[in-house]
Amino acid sequence: MIWVLIAIAFWAFTWWLNGRIANSPAAGTRWAKLVVPVIFGVTVLVVWEALVRGLNVPPVILPPPTAIGAKVASSLDVLWVDFVQTFMKGALTGYLMGCGGAIATAILIDRSPFLQRGLLPVGNFIAALPIIGTAPILVMWFGFDWHSKAAVVVVMVFFPMLVNTVQGLADTDSMQRDLMKTYSANYWQTLLSLRLPAAMPAIFNGLKVATTLALIGAIVAEFFGSPIKGMGFRISTEVGRLGLDMVWAEITIAAIAGSAFYGIVAVIEKGVTFWHPSQRG
Amino acid sequence: MMKSVVPILTVVVAIMVLWYAAAIGMNAKWARDQATRADVTLTTPELIADTWSQERPVLPVPHQVASELWKTTGAMALKGRAFSKRSLIFHGWITLSATLLGFVFGTGAGILLAVGIVHNKAMDMSVMPWAIASQTIPILAIAPMIIVVLNSVGIQGLVPKAFISAYLSFFPVVVGMVKGLRSPDGMQLDLLKTYSASGGETFWKLRLPSSMPYLFTALKVGMAASLVGAIVGELPTGAIRGLGARMLTGSYYGQTIQIWSALFAAAILAASLVGIISLIERRMLKRMGVKP
Repeated sequence: MIWVLIAIAFWAFTWWLNGRIANSPAAGTRWAKLVVPVIFGVTVLVVWEALVRGLNVPPVILPPPTAIGAKVASSLDVLWVDFVQTFMKGALTGYLMGCGGAIATAILIDRSPFLQRGLLPVGNFIAALPIIGTAPILVMWFGFDWHSKAAVVVVMVFFPMLVNTVQGLADTDSMQRDLMKTYSANYWQTLLSLRLPAAMPAIFNGLKVATTLALIGAIVAEFFGSPIKGMGFRISTEVGRLGLDMVWAEITIAAIAGSAFYGIVAVIEKGVTFWHPSQRG
Repeated sequence: MMKSVVPILTVVVAIMVLWYAAAIGMNAKWARDQATRADVTLTTPELIADTWSQERPVLPVPHQVASELWKTTGAMALKGRAFSKRSLIFHGWITLSATLLGFVFGTGAGILLAVGIVHNKAMDMSVMPWAIASQTIPILAIAPMIIVVLNSVGIQGLVPKAFISAYLSFFPVVVGMVKGLRSPDGMQLDLLKTYSASGGETFWKLRLPSSMPYLFTALKVGMAASLVGAIVGELPTGAIRGLGARMLTGSYYGQTIQIWSALFAAAILAASLVGIISLIERRMLKRMGVKP
């Protein structure tokens, strides 16, 4: 009972604290923008911990955060093996191949308005479909190891990436293209020094969306069969054994990997598209 | 609109041709093996005909998938057994009901949270960074856990899948709706202030109407995510009912045609759900005068 009271009290206190910070003159500062969400996150963790202890929730339903943290710390070697298998081999390979292929395809069809008019609606349509369903097929074709996971990731990221790149390449106005013409620039010069740089914001938009898709694809594809390592494999087998602390540990790693992946792409974007209004803020 | 029909058809036909060609290449090995075992040599037309009509091909061709789709939907409906366990209508309905239930709850909760975020600064600063960050996390990975945990407290069937669907459609709606509710510019808000409109009036007459385009974009994303959630949610339940279960049993028993037909059923379902939302969007925005 005491734990439940602690949870309520802590919640009320941080709620009041965040309200104070958010409505104080310091609300617009960088410091406040960092501290408020952190306080909220810590509150969620503390309330979770206190409620699980106070209400005696069995660990097979919801383990407390401390147990998850301990599990992460004690099984770093397993987590690392899974991370390499799923993220480095499956997701990253597929991501590079899929995004690279999509950008190359977009440039290839760039000279043909006919193909663009045909491929864009089809690409948009396919991008909205539950492509994850191709996972069982691709696992059959490419075997249980990471190759099939990379293939699922390629299929998942290809179309969003293609649509974004094609739209980005169209993102110059006639003034700019006319200027290139007055310089008597040929097609490739215009492409390399005007249109590709101008397409970068759209391309990076696609690249950022694709980071999440890549990780989801690699993890879910492992539910359909995998060697005895990998994040998806570990999640599905540990769920079966009710080892929920291990499941949460994998999810923690997946969340960190996903955010870091997204963050790295966002940092590269900042360097490449420093000229774009959205980056000047 | 008409201008793009020919290119789209060309692309679709090209995909079909590639598909049939790929099927020849991928199924040829099995066909040749069978032929060697039976001690016959296949001529090229025979080989091609065989690769397009195997029972468990590596890559089934479109007409096989289409006939399987028809056999498990239309033909069964004609026989009055639309809801037998072997019909895709039955499995599709299982998936669809979980999707819709989850979608309604997910978007409802998302809109409510967005309203809270727009009106409460502390909530905005606390929750919004997490809502954005959560979109970079592979949330789908927790689907099996939700299923098993809810199962262990005695909740089975529709609800756990709907829960995953709701969870997946929740965050896109929150982020989109917050953007939409904030989309009125200072001029418009000032105008309402000069009318001395209350907070509620500003919300109903300005913020909510101007958020509609954003809401519909988010709804389309959320609907697609809901369906994926429901399908993935069906994987660990022991694979009995639903489109996801069809895919899983298909992959266990090597029934490739069954996997492909379930995949296409899911695709058709997704396309029509998103299509319905776009239709409502177009009519509603037209009536509201958002788009000319």
